Amino acid sequence: MQMDGATALIKSLEHAGVDLVFGLPGGAILPVYDPLIESSIRHVLVRHEQGAGHMASGYAHATGKCGVSIVTSGPGATNMVTPLLDAYLDSIPMVVITGQVAYGAIGSDAFQEADTTGITMSVTKHNYLVTEAADIPRVIHEAFHIATTGRPGPVLVDIPKDIVNPAAPQSQMEWYWPESVDLPGYQPTLDGHIGKVKQAVKLIRRAERPVIYAGGGLLRARAAEGLLRFAELTGIPVVTTLMARGVIPDDHPQCLGMPGMHGNYTAVTAMQEADLLIALGARFDDRVTGRLDGFAPDAKIVHVDIDPAELGKVRRPDVPIVGDVRRVLEDLNSQIDKAGGLESQADRSAWKSRISGWQEKYPLTYEPPQPGSDLKPQYVLEQLRDLSPQDTIVASGVGQHQMWASQYWTFRHPYTWINSGGLGTMGYSIPAAIGAKAGAPDTTVWAVDGDGCFQMTAQELVTAAAERIPVKVALLNNGYLGMVRQWQEMFYDERFSEVYLDPNLPDYCKWAEAMGCVAIRVDSAEEVGPAIERANSINDRPVMIEFRTDPVEKVFPMVPAGASNSELLVDPSQRDGSDGATQNGAASNGAATAEASSDGSDENKSEELL
Amino acid sequence: MTSADSVVARSSEPASLHVLTVLVQNRFGVLARVAGLFSRRGFNIYSLAVAPTQDDSLSRITIVVDARSAPLEQVHKQLNKLINVITVRQLDPTNSVERELGLFTVTAAADDPRLVASLEDFGGAEILETGGGSVIVSFSGAPTRVDVLEDTLEQIGITEIQRTGRIALTSVTDATEESDQS
Repeated sequence: MQMDGATALIKSLEHAGVDLVFGLPGGAILPVYDPLIESSIRHVLVRHEQGAGHMASGYAHATGKCGVSIVTSGPGATNMVTPLLDAYLDSIPMVVITGQVAYGAIGSDAFQEADTTGITMSVTKHNYLVTEAADIPRVIHEAFHIATTGRPGPVLVDIPKDIVNPAAPQSQMEWYWPESVDLPGYQPTLDGHIGKVKQAVKLIRRAERPVIYAGGGLLRARAAEGLLRFAELTGIPVVTTLMARGVIPDDHPQCLGMPGMHGNYTAVTAMQEADLLIALGARFDDRVTGRLDGFAPDAKIVHVDIDPAELGKVRRPDVPIVGDVRRVLEDLNSQIDKAGGLESQADRSAWKSRISGWQEKYPLTYEPPQPGSDLKPQYVLEQLRDLSPQDTIVASGVGQHQMWASQYWTFRHPYTWINSGGLGTMGYSIPAAIGAKAGAPDTTVWAVDGDGCFQMTAQELVTAAAERIPVKVALLNNGYLGMVRQWQEMFYDERFSEVYLDPNLPDYCKWAEAMGCVAIRVDSAEEVGPAIERANSINDRPVMIEFRTDPVEKVFPMVPAGASNSELLVDPSQRDGSDGATQNGAASNGAATAEASSDGSDENKSEELL
Repeated sequence: MTSADSVVARSSEPASLHVLTVLVQNRFGVLARVAGLFSRRGFNIYSLAVAPTQDDSLSRITIVVDARSAPLEQVHKQLNKLINVITVRQLDPTNSVERELGLFTVTAAADDPRLVASLEDFGGAEILETGGGSVIVSFSGAPTRVDVLEDTLEQIGITEIQRTGRIALTSVTDATEESDQS
């Protein structure tokens, strides 16, 4: 069948299983938007291209399917750079279609021309500049294959206007849909090496203080069930990284919660004291390890990842296993089963009692509010958690509110926590929540946001209202770039530089109302519950609750930048100075701890960036 | 093994050059992808040579990488992640043939006895052009030999140098081959 490139592009997207795209049209992409009118694909019209990218990401997080965005050339494409890198670092499957000036005009500095493939080369898993209409179905097919297989990631396809413009002869092509892909340089290893699996099982059985270090790769691989079985077959406790929250239910007795810079005492300390870390789809990120040469000093490492480059990138594994973690877990589970399951595991009663001792002594905590005092953000999150359905999807921005959300929510289901872990993109939550809600319309979706983040992408609430995607926003307004403020208080001698935002400017409720939301303002603890209940009952439009929270509240525990995880600072109320080595940091103030560690190598210094 | 031993870090040792031969699909922007990967990951390229192979759809890139900048294994693995890269092979210097071509503009007459003596030891070295009190010398050989010639000509006076960067293939005389990792 003869057709033009634009029709072929839309038809290719349909063949790839796309039913929803997020985008914004413009000059170079105009021809592609024309056949969209007849297509079965739903298009969500965003207000800024960055929103389209994060919506595709939120959609992918929630559904496990590939997120898709379509934007125009030049500024449309450059506005997509942040979401692409965000998705690249968090391994989110995404395909982004960008318009480009006519092929013959490339290089001439034409209107809205950008070297999109050049600019996005280092922020995508792969990208394409399509030069002929006849290549469109093949390239789209390959793009979806690359984005969704192996270690998932974003793929960009740049389409010159002339090859999709029906008026141009070069846009004419014969329709086809390729049966398979021909990518000789791309063959991800899916099955783990069975010899290595057996070696891992040997280490696991003998380990006396093992910890499962569960990373976001488990969610990308849809391996939550395999993980649960592995944990229960071995009895080994599990820490869930910021990217993996929910992969095993937080209320499971073996789940220790989040490790890392703002992890809870037990999760951080269990990793530090472990004799074996079983890293599954995790990448030893600096926010998890703290100062690298002090991280888990006695631990042997079993590292499973589909990306061979992650094995040995940061910490040399004793047993490296390249493979799809879902399949590797199946193999591990059957080997452990064969070896006698739980019965065959080393005696770990001492380890278990140490862990429960830490849990008892250092639970997550915050200073309870006094009558008349400012609203505590942690209290807001506890109420939000308790008053919302258990399968609620939570999408957060970046900063203090993100850490509190991760700490205080009880995740009971995988794929219910969406956040920007690797890149730390402020403004992520609102568009990501919209994408998630569009993909899971029957699920309650809360965006937990800060006032700094809200001002970066709030305009997408217009999209939510216009497209009838009723997300809910819990805005924790403390009038500051809160995490920056916390660092300036603790490590810069309370010298507050350019960090105050003013809780009254803008008027968030008026702003939200102007964007078509129901807006509720909450100043005191008594108002929190009723406001959340009211918001949860509204399903025909977006809702925003502005919680006026304590401006000086800080996130604890905290490992100061450049410090070892053994120098974790717990909540001030838990610092009694009598708990031995792991409390050294807590006994002194934060600034002194950071000072003491500033003689670290240059490598560690780079970690001091927020 | 303590955790300090198992931390993967950049080394401060003297230059440690390794030759990677990378077979790539002959696609738009593939050299930019390889070069971009090196700059993005902080790997140092010592020299680089690219040309098509006997198969028009493939090119071979010979990269000499300074492994002080990053563990060679990381360079290798990151290259392999590029979709257009088909194979990456590290060449064992004792089991490969390496060549480099150098052009040198030397301030000397063609019959300058120092020049004549210098070139005597370098079979195949030739004078391509003379004029204006200078000569252009061409020499192709093992990269270390090109280094020696460069040092020798430096004594006389070099005004310009262009070297191609090394190219290399696995030796045919020895059956033990480096394994491809793709």
